[in-house]
Amino acid sequence: MSLFVAFRKEWMELIRTYRLLIVAIVLVFFGLTSPLLAKFTPEIITLIPGGAEISKVIPTPTVWDAVAQYVKNMAQFGIILALLLTMGAVALEKDKGTAAMILVKPMPRGAFLGAKFLALASMFAICLIAAGLACYYYTLLLFEAMDIVRWLWLNALLFLYVMVYVALTLFCSSLTKSQAAAGGVALGLMVVLGLVGAIPGLGNYLPGEMIAWGTRIMQGDTSTSWTALGISLGLILVSLLAAWLVFKKQEL
Amino acid sequence: MVAVRIEELQKVFGAFQALNGLNLTVEEGAVFGFLGPNGAGKTTTIRILTGLAYASSGHTWVIGKEVPANGQEIARYIGYLPEEPAFYPWMTPREFLDYVGRVFGLTATERSSRIKELLALAGLEEAAKRRIGGFSRGMRQRLALAQALLNRPEVLFLDEPASALDPEGRKEVLNFIESLRGQCTVFMSTHILADVERVCDTIGIINRGKLVIADSRESLLSKYAIPAFEVEVDAQTENGIITWCNALQQESWVKSALLQGLVARIVVSDVELAKRELLASITQAGLILARYEIVRPSLEDIFLQLVNQEEKQQ
Repeated sequence: MSLFVAFRKEWMELIRTYRLLIVAIVLVFFGLTSPLLAKFTPEIITLIPGGAEISKVIPTPTVWDAVAQYVKNMAQFGIILALLLTMGAVALEKDKGTAAMILVKPMPRGAFLGAKFLALASMFAICLIAAGLACYYYTLLLFEAMDIVRWLWLNALLFLYVMVYVALTLFCSSLTKSQAAAGGVALGLMVVLGLVGAIPGLGNYLPGEMIAWGTRIMQGDTSTSWTALGISLGLILVSLLAAWLVFKKQEL
Repeated sequence: MVAVRIEELQKVFGAFQALNGLNLTVEEGAVFGFLGPNGAGKTTTIRILTGLAYASSGHTWVIGKEVPANGQEIARYIGYLPEEPAFYPWMTPREFLDYVGRVFGLTATERSSRIKELLALAGLEEAAKRRIGGFSRGMRQRLALAQALLNRPEVLFLDEPASALDPEGRKEVLNFIESLRGQCTVFMSTHILADVERVCDTIGIINRGKLVIADSRESLLSKYAIPAFEVEVDAQTENGIITWCNALQQESWVKSALLQGLVARIVVSDVELAKRELLASITQAGLILARYEIVRPSLEDIFLQLVNQEEKQQ
């Protein structure tokens, strides 16, 4: 019950502060422009001086170029938005005093935190669905139809990838009262994940592998990365659990 | 029954000892004024009692349940107004109160009537649909008081409830707090002595994290009563009061008699004897009396006296 009450407030906040709209606009924009860019990049290049020669060596764009562009955009902007929208989620409420106003009432801290994660997850899910639909439609218009089941798999993996960063940033936000500090620590963790992922062999077990797996699914490759998926889910759970353990003992 | 009980409460922030073995009991139904200079530990005590901060050592109970072990249960029965209330600026007061009502699990009907009642009480009916972000400090303070009362608390913790208000708003809030007497226990911290003197029936004075004294207002005022009288005469008998004042100093029960214009302040050694003798001597001297009173100490006098004593002992 408390979780639902807190979720309702979080959802209202995402709407009233235009965060939901901003995320939807950004992701749908890149969803739409990914196939467009893939299709028209060679033609755009011909417009620049000497571009005609360059365009001759560029292979004819295919549906895979559209997918690759989409995956790159969603992963990059997904992480940026996850960081920006989550870093203040708990830190700001502690700093401004709203957390104390509410948590002095019968609102469990776990519900307070959980509602934030669920609201952000719902927002990213909705916006990714909208972006996925936009990309699918334009790809259909400009190239050819894609396998819907594979497309859903790709987007589900993208969603999970973004959620790892939402959970990590939420944990960082629960550590401090400063939004900037929470963002800094989260960014540091992302860099660490990126560096560890660059170590040969290790990257196959980290959240970044979700992106590679999604792309392979689209290409019809049947190889799987269940370990990376399990580790990503584990990272989400551990981050949320750690956030709760830290937050429940904090003075407000 | 005891509403709030504190035993040997200690709170340390690094090298700073905010609370140093605080012991305190507040009876149910009291309007308790928690007085102390800045940094005495008033807010820290309230934050521990409401479960927002944790004690370094010692024990606290609210409505007979120990804090923080029973925090969620206690939260149902308390109201809290922080020193600087914070709200979601994008919400309207109606939405915020509705959110608080939902947190307390009130039904839609209960919420609707209670919100209407509290918006009227806070004088925010006309601003009910405006964003809180645009509210003045006074409006926010009134909304904060409304949200603290939404669950009809058994114990209401108020941290400097009237400090941000203009004189009219302050009067309204204090009248309201006074009207809560008997309905719930009020635990109010403030540094404004006049507010405490006006609404509180029990007073606790804290200094350097320790309780200096806790007693009923009347008991405190009589315990620390100054054995003095003030006599003011009509301007027609101005010369008479000078002679009378000089003569009075010869009396064995008079310690001093100071004259300031038409007012004589007489400090005595025996109040009961003075009560009988003074009026008789005024009549004998043929003075026309404008005012005659036994000087009552103000809470400010007592507060300063006790805190200074405490400081000297330290």
